[in-house]
Amino acid sequence: MIYKELIIGLMRSGIFGFGGGPSVIPLIRHEAVNRFNWVTNDEFGEVLAIANTLPGPIATKMAAYLGYKQKGTLGAIVAVLAHILPTCLAMVLLITFVNVLSNSAVVTGMISAVLPVIAVMLGVMAYEFGEKAVKGLGIYIGILLTIVCLVLIQTISIHPAIVILVFLTYGAFHFKIKAKIKNKERGME
Amino acid sequence: MILVSLFLSFLLANLLGYGGGPASIPLMYEEIVNRYNWLSNAEFSNMLALGNALPGPIATKIAAYVGFGMGGWPGFFIALFATVVPSAAALIFLIKVMSKHRDSLIVKGMTIMVQPVIAALMIGLTLEMFQDSYHSLGLLQSALIAIIALLLLQKFKVHPALVIILAFLYGGLVVPHIH
Repeated sequence: MIYKELIIGLMRSGIFGFGGGPSVIPLIRHEAVNRFNWVTNDEFGEVLAIANTLPGPIATKMAAYLGYKQKGTLGAIVAVLAHILPTCLAMVLLITFVNVLSNSAVVTGMISAVLPVIAVMLGVMAYEFGEKAVKGLGIYIGILLTIVCLVLIQTISIHPAIVILVFLTYGAFHFKIKAKIKNKERGME
Repeated sequence: MILVSLFLSFLLANLLGYGGGPASIPLMYEEIVNRYNWLSNAEFSNMLALGNALPGPIATKIAAYVGFGMGGWPGFFIALFATVVPSAAALIFLIKVMSKHRDSLIVKGMTIMVQPVIAALMIGLTLEMFQDSYHSLGLLQSALIAIIALLLLQKFKVHPALVIILAFLYGGLVVPHIH
């Protein structure tokens, strides 16, 4: 009953995720990792990283990958449709009520009260990725590189995709360079 | 003809939109308002207001709305197809290539080095979200909701959707009376 799981998991994350695709990611992760065990937490993180180097909406990329991994192309189609169709249809049906909806104090109140919750979910993911960075690179370099990235992206406003590409490119040679340095040290001794 | 234009404009907006759906909104605006005159400036803002009031990814909501408005149901599906499929197919292809070389030190190095960037990206998103929340709710309410949400999610392992429903109830019943 993988299809049923895909539909439930991705529809739920599509309907309860506010603030655009990137803020839906913690919800998708909860369904994919904790609830249905489609992928491990590590795999989810890796796929998310690769997805960020590609253009286009992030939530649908993740949905397509998760569906594809379970059930191939059909799984990808089912997963994406489950994620986007309910809100896309709502968009078409509700446009006549646009003024009622966006001017109502109740609706704006509801949306603003969800913002801190989404922020917490994103914060938890940030913490976990930071943990992973520390685990893979050691505490000093892990924290240092995270701060460097934060400055590059937030302060200097370099596009995230460029930063990711630079780090990926260096990463491809990371172990080679590390081995070279080790050899040199050994040569000196 | 309209279907071809729909396809091309949404394809373009998403292939050039780096950084997820929200990043492609200005590109969509360019195509929808300036280039094809499918919507006026005011109509676009109205649509965006509705889109932001509804859950789910934003780029697909815009594609669905404009596609349906210009080309009926065929337009709806073609605009969505152009928005979703190219980047999703590219991701699946890329992951396939990478997992074939899973054990190579090159791929391993790449997955290690990308972690700090993703951590930084997530920290950035978190800060932005807190800022939005601070602007609409103020510090006290934002902090209170955040702490309760953190406890429910991490300590009591409540499903995120349930926590969001609770926030909705609070936002619908309490927030309008505070301002």
